[in-house]
Amino acid sequence: MVIGAIKDGIVLDHITAGKSILIYSILGLGKLDCTIATIQNAESTKMGRKDIIKIGKVIDIDFTALGYIDPGITVNVIRNGVRAKRDHILLPDRIKGIIKCKNPRCITSCEQELVHEFRLVDRENKIYRCVYCDSEAPKYTG
Amino acid sequence: MKNLITITDLSVEELEDLIHTAIDIIQNPDKYAESCKRKKLATLFFEPSTRTRLSFEAAMYELGGSVLGFSEAASSSTAKGESVADTARTVGCYADIIAMRHPKEGAPYVAARTAGVPVINAGDGGHNHPTQTLADILTIYREKKRLSNMTIGVCGDLKFGRTVHSLIAAMSRYNGIHFVMISPEELRTPRYVISDILDKTNTRYEETTSLEDAMPKLDILYMTRVQRERFFNEADYLRLKDTYILTPDKLKHAKETLSILHPLPRVNEIAVAVDDDPRACYFKQVLNGKFMRMALILKLLEVKVW
Repeated sequence: MVIGAIKDGIVLDHITAGKSILIYSILGLGKLDCTIATIQNAESTKMGRKDIIKIGKVIDIDFTALGYIDPGITVNVIRNGVRAKRDHILLPDRIKGIIKCKNPRCITSCEQELVHEFRLVDRENKIYRCVYCDSEAPKYTG
Repeated sequence: MKNLITITDLSVEELEDLIHTAIDIIQNPDKYAESCKRKKLATLFFEPSTRTRLSFEAAMYELGGSVLGFSEAASSSTAKGESVADTARTVGCYADIIAMRHPKEGAPYVAARTAGVPVINAGDGGHNHPTQTLADILTIYREKKRLSNMTIGVCGDLKFGRTVHSLIAAMSRYNGIHFVMISPEELRTPRYVISDILDKTNTRYEETTSLEDAMPKLDILYMTRVQRERFFNEADYLRLKDTYILTPDKLKHAKETLSILHPLPRVNEIAVAVDDDPRACYFKQVLNGKFMRMALILKLLEVKVW
């Protein structure tokens, strides 16, 4: 299968196979007014299989959450058909609105409008804690 | 603007400033008698409390300020479904500083984001109780004349005991501190307190179930109550509540220089007979709490007294 190269846009590469739809949803890509291609189960020498998302426009999106959901992703910015920039997404210092605190004593358990937020306390072991109650973040399961 | 949500919001230097202010208040109370004139403290207590609320109120009155507030959620707009953020924002229009107790963990942090005035966490569930820690630290300092190089035993409910977690966080910043954590298996210190605080500061600690074995090595013994309100299961509470009871007999093997602390209220964990022992410091701790709250209010309101 051949998907054409893009002239100006963003390529999210090295997505763990099967996660592209989730990332499409979390980044709200469905709201954009440009062409978007999600490629699933592509062959990869490094990963065996991987997903790729191609966005046909250079957009200003905060990709930091991807570092928590799928830390191996690379973000490639394409301008005039050539790669202008490549970023490896690191674990973000904070994650907001992606996972929920499970502590029944946490204020977020009874005040529904509060955005669930976690801060990184241990980069090596990928441990986040709730900014409200300090409970350890549950593992992200999608 | 600064708030006090967790004890580590205060640097070691700021903590020492508070201690020095509190000692100056003790020595020169008249100097501070009108330092907060026309200032108002709002005490928002969504959960019952006697000593903490009265301590805050006494502190503000002794600084010449005034106090408004409520002492249970039923008499606040929360009963009508108002959010903590909205309550704090509203009260911030009336008061210069807020002291909040709430059963939900993180509620004062939420309040601090919208209040527009300094917010003091007066206890949020089983999470933090930083002003109790201020009382504990002033007591340790006044009894020992130092905050370093000592063995501190913490005994009882170390799982839900918010005062213990805050004390560990504060004291582990000083050199030569050794914690002996005495609890039943079910109420051991949470792993995150060990990994995030004790391990990161290279503070020595040991865990044991025996108060008797630990007693001879302690410079400070910090007793805690097993709190009924933190248990979802009444049977577990009843099984664990009387695990440790400090009696004059158990103190026979303690150092003469031991200082016994307790955040109060006590139930059974310290026999009344211990009150007459010169090593019992828990009522001094109550008084020290008021002085530290006075010093804290002055700091957060940025009131200078010369």
